[in-house]
Amino acid sequence: MSRYLTLSALAVLFLFPLVWSGYASLEEPANYLEMARFGEGLGTYATNSVLVSVMTVVGTLVISALGGYGFARFDFPGKNLLFLATLAILMVPYATILIPLYVLLGYIGLQNSLVGLSLVFVMFQLPFALFMMRNAFEALPRELEEAALVDGCGTLKAFARILLHAVRPALITVGLFAFLASWNDFFAPLILLNDGSSFTLPVAVVSMTQQTFGAIDYGMLQAGVMVMAFPCLILFIVLQRHYVRGFMSGALRG
Amino acid sequence: MTLTITRSRRPAHSAPSARWRSRKVQGWLYAAPTAVIVGVLFIAPLVLVVWMSLNRWPLLGPATFNAPDNYLKIADNPLFLDAVLFTLKYTAITTVLLSAVALGLAMLVQDRRPGIGFFRTAFFLPGAVGFAAAGLLFYGMLNNDFGPIDPMLQALGITSEPVKWIGTPNMALFSTIALVLWRFAGFNMLILLTGLQAIPTEVYEAARSDGANRWQIFTKITLPLLRPTLALMLILSVTGSLLAFDQFFVFTNGGPDNSTVSMVMVVYRAAFFRFDLGGAAAISVVLLVALVGLNTVMMRRLR
Repeated sequence: MSRYLTLSALAVLFLFPLVWSGYASLEEPANYLEMARFGEGLGTYATNSVLVSVMTVVGTLVISALGGYGFARFDFPGKNLLFLATLAILMVPYATILIPLYVLLGYIGLQNSLVGLSLVFVMFQLPFALFMMRNAFEALPRELEEAALVDGCGTLKAFARILLHAVRPALITVGLFAFLASWNDFFAPLILLNDGSSFTLPVAVVSMTQQTFGAIDYGMLQAGVMVMAFPCLILFIVLQRHYVRGFMSGALRG
Repeated sequence: MTLTITRSRRPAHSAPSARWRSRKVQGWLYAAPTAVIVGVLFIAPLVLVVWMSLNRWPLLGPATFNAPDNYLKIADNPLFLDAVLFTLKYTAITTVLLSAVALGLAMLVQDRRPGIGFFRTAFFLPGAVGFAAAGLLFYGMLNNDFGPIDPMLQALGITSEPVKWIGTPNMALFSTIALVLWRFAGFNMLILLTGLQAIPTEVYEAARSDGANRWQIFTKITLPLLRPTLALMLILSVTGSLLAFDQFFVFTNGGPDNSTVSMVMVVYRAAFFRFDLGGAAAISVVLLVALVGLNTVMMRRLR
């Protein structure tokens, strides 16, 4: 019983800030209306965030599914080198790679671009995503693929029709991680986007607190927090099992 | 090895070799998008950052070679030296507290019992909130006029006047660590939980039947068997803390009086306040080398 008391007290401690923020934002529903009119308009920032997240999730899924299949089922020169190079992304500090990316994306015409930002997010997701997808494809019985090949499918057809279906749980996990990372990230858009109308939600709301000297509307700020947090909380609660599974296989063996 | 040689000596038109070659090409095609992303967005910037660090590279305008000025400048930058000390202090305190809290939580929720899923979710839920959003949440929650914490503490008689949560260097550090614990304890709990659940129950049963008490079980069985998982958690926590940026940018904005400026914040300020991309690149190269070195040492020592 005393264990449940401790657990409950801790749960209150952990949930209190979220509950308070929701309450503070709703205390005056006008907070949300003000939030909607702030800066370029909440709609612009939310659209930017949604676009970046969708492009990141789709890009990560396509590239890591193709790559994962290639790494699991084929041998080719440079395979190990490419795999190690991908994992090395985890070793490099965020800032070390974002400062030159700011310059490099300018060279290829993707400065201040949501597409450029999404590609950068895809790159940061690749170590985890590729690792997950390779393991998922390796775990499939070879007979599944061979049956499809015997039926006259090329490997690409076999891949698209049968194998992708079989690794769906891993795809959900990779997609969830990619969404949470791209929706929530602050540092990369702060550096790579420099025009207010292309800001994603975190950068837009933070810049609100730092531009209005002294006169911050705290109710509106919490409305902003809720707009950012709500989709993540819901997604996490619904897809929790996939999150934890990805965590166990990816984070630990990696 | 011999297998490969015999294979390659076969005539080119024989079926197995042709198929093998075609599978090689196919493998490359599947991996090609990965190679492009890694090459263009990771390897190329890595080379570029080194080149930038050897040049005077203003935010706008042409670059001129000036090596090794950017590196020599680092030693003269008092903000950076203070930031190194501050970041090390922050890393030490955060890592110790985070491991203790995460281990406590993990042990509380490790057994399957009714309702335990709810508590696991409750402890993890802050981790689903973005770090910037979490920083803004605490910014409002700890505000003296708007937030609920000061009135609550005063009603309970713990404090008699509003606390300067981010108004003094020590309190700003303390409040930031509270934010980090709230946001990351559940995440680290999850890591440790996977380690705890990998310990077979028979080991505990054997220890108990030998008359070991709880403390002995914890120090003699749980901790040693959890070592690899704890090591992973420590490495993640140390790396994450040394590269801290969001919490200080969003929550304390480096203040008061630049007392909470982290190393990555110095990089950011060099690049976008002083428009000195070459200087920023030099500091980031130093950070990269230091971090890779530290990680190598930690992995050898801990694993």
